[in-house]
Amino acid sequence: MDILKVQRITKTYANHTALKSVSLSIPKGSIFGLLGPNGAGKTSLIRIINQITGPDKGKITFNGKALAPEHIEKIGYLPEERGLYKKMKVGEQALYLATLKGMSKKEAKAKLKEWFERFDILPWWDKKVEELSKGMAQKVQFITTVMHEPEFIILDEPFSGFDPINANLIKEEILRLAEAGTTIMLSTHNMSSVEEICTHIALINKSKKVLDGPVDKIRTEFKDGVYELVFQGDMLSFTNALWTNFELISNSKKGQDTVAKIRLLNDSTVNDLLKTVLPVVEVKSINEVIPSMNDIFIKVVEKKAKK
Amino acid sequence: MNKTKLIIEREYMSRVKKKSFIIMTLLGPVLIAGLLSLGVYLGISDTTVYNVLVVDQTPAISTGSLTQRSQPLFWNRLKETSQMKFDYSDLAMSNVEFDSSAYDLMVVLKDDIVTHPEAEMVFRTLPSMKARSYLEDEIEKVIEEEKLKLNEIDKRTYDSIKTHLNLISVDAEDGTTSYKQQQAFVGFGFAILIYFFIFLYGVQVMRGVMEEKSNRIVEVLISSVKPFQLMMGKIVGIALVGLTQFLLWVILTSVLFSLTSGILVGELVNPETVQAQVQMTDEVAAQAANDPMAQSAVNDILELIFYRINWPLMIGLFIFYFLGGYLLYASLFAAIGAAVDNETDTQQFMMPITIPLVFGFIVSEFALSNPEGSAVFWFSQIPLTSPIVMMVRVAMGFSSGGAWQLILSMLLLVAGFIGAVWLAAKIYRVGILMYGKKISYKELMKWLKYKS
Repeated sequence: MDILKVQRITKTYANHTALKSVSLSIPKGSIFGLLGPNGAGKTSLIRIINQITGPDKGKITFNGKALAPEHIEKIGYLPEERGLYKKMKVGEQALYLATLKGMSKKEAKAKLKEWFERFDILPWWDKKVEELSKGMAQKVQFITTVMHEPEFIILDEPFSGFDPINANLIKEEILRLAEAGTTIMLSTHNMSSVEEICTHIALINKSKKVLDGPVDKIRTEFKDGVYELVFQGDMLSFTNALWTNFELISNSKKGQDTVAKIRLLNDSTVNDLLKTVLPVVEVKSINEVIPSMNDIFIKVVEKKAKK
Repeated sequence: MNKTKLIIEREYMSRVKKKSFIIMTLLGPVLIAGLLSLGVYLGISDTTVYNVLVVDQTPAISTGSLTQRSQPLFWNRLKETSQMKFDYSDLAMSNVEFDSSAYDLMVVLKDDIVTHPEAEMVFRTLPSMKARSYLEDEIEKVIEEEKLKLNEIDKRTYDSIKTHLNLISVDAEDGTTSYKQQQAFVGFGFAILIYFFIFLYGVQVMRGVMEEKSNRIVEVLISSVKPFQLMMGKIVGIALVGLTQFLLWVILTSVLFSLTSGILVGELVNPETVQAQVQMTDEVAAQAANDPMAQSAVNDILELIFYRINWPLMIGLFIFYFLGGYLLYASLFAAIGAAVDNETDTQQFMMPITIPLVFGFIVSEFALSNPEGSAVFWFSQIPLTSPIVMMVRVAMGFSSGGAWQLILSMLLLVAGFIGAVWLAAKIYRVGILMYGKKISYKELMKWLKYKS
């Protein structure tokens, strides 16, 4: 079941196309990574999902129904360009934002106190925003995004500007929310920051979607039989032993150990590799090389460019 | 709609709770009244003592058979007061000599002053208007007396001939005395107020929009509400702040006025106080107190304030024109705030908005002297200037056949602000999410064409 379906969305501004026939399906309960370099069109897509701007072509459904203003309250959005009223008191401001999302004052107050407690910022309730440190202001922003318990949360560049401790806190909260059944969409150009928590991803480049699907599936698709072998022993005899069924891609020294990257050729298996090298060197470990999202992205973009 | 209400509430409360608002609201009426009375006080209580050297160059011996005298014309004839001391001489000092002398003023009266009434006054620091007019009056009096003698006219005869004409304008339509000119001044007061309020609160709207943009809170907000709701919420919220301030001013001023009016009115028309106030010109004051003219002027003002002006209508129309004009300008201000990144970039867009506003102000001043002119008519119809110009015309009242002008102007203003809001909403929607781009008029035109 998809909570959100984006169908062939196109958005053109006066002098450039931000999105070109982009389609996405975001499964319920997933942590969906919307990845791509700066200027790829991620924020444009997010703004359309948030109904801040409208698409030129295409349609979006939310829980199977065409996206409409009443869905706003079911979505939480932390924009990349985020801020607060500096002169307003923290609690007052959070309450205001909560009521704008359709919560009653009473309900919002109870919820907010709970969240403030969790994030250790309750003593700051009556302080002005300008008195907060940047990290605390970011906590407040995150709270105001999630306090109305939306079904779907969109975080645009959630970790930019966060210090490592806060970034980790937010990561944990994201996982907690996902466990509770909330669907979360993370958008970032910094792919390594989110790949460990995403269950699904979509790669966007130059206003087009280039790849999407479950992370496991994509990784499997993109791994090309490369293994990392760590061993101690003579490099020359090791190279000689590899012979025809394996290709040595690279090797490097790490203290006493040698780290070699080997591709399996001609349907050979890991067992074959081990059988081949065990007589000549002492194997410390062997791992399949899982391609990072960055690698995959570069690979996909290069492939498209060649075409 | 409910969300717009929330936004209005925030915009309103956050401003009304500010110390500066409370202080302005309380001090406004006190300040206005205070400034007025300070002006009056300063005008009256000029305590500088002027030592005046009167250089009288008229011949000591007159040849006329009837005006035999042994000393120059003005010698010892200018009346001294506690603040005006005269010394007489027939030789003028050079300016350098005067500068180092003990005198504050030197008046040079040429020998032909009776036939050519012109004199020079040399000063070190420019004397007050009052001192100056006292000097003029005294010298004129002597010249007049001399002329009366020369023409063999009795002083009493002369006084009975001297006439002040009081021209009372009567409206042909209803035959009542017309006070249009005076009423126009009251209207002008309202026009100034509208001009001032539009500027003050319009700029607040612009600042507010810029604040939301530069704080980066705007995108958070418009993920919950439509940009139009956000813009209108701000504009309406600030309008309510303006109205609150105005109504509090009206209430506070009338309370202050009713508290002091007994004293004030009593003193204004009491000849004794008038006399006391104008110490310096005792004689003139005594005259004024007995002069029905001076008294009727005071009565006219009171009558104007209490009876001639239709206050409920004036205040009602003030609120209408303030709101209409404000909505029109505030939405344009909001569009500017959305289009730029910082205050310095606002200049180029402020110009085209400020010009009609200032122009309306100038035309309404012009309406004081020529209320029926065609420029006044047109600018009281054009929505950009009508809120200011029309106030002057409203105060003067319309003839029964002219009411359509008021109605047309009101309708045009409504159309004007709807148009302005529509235009502003289009620019606002795009502008608030646009950062780091230098905006030109060409760019703005493009934004107008974007689909929502």
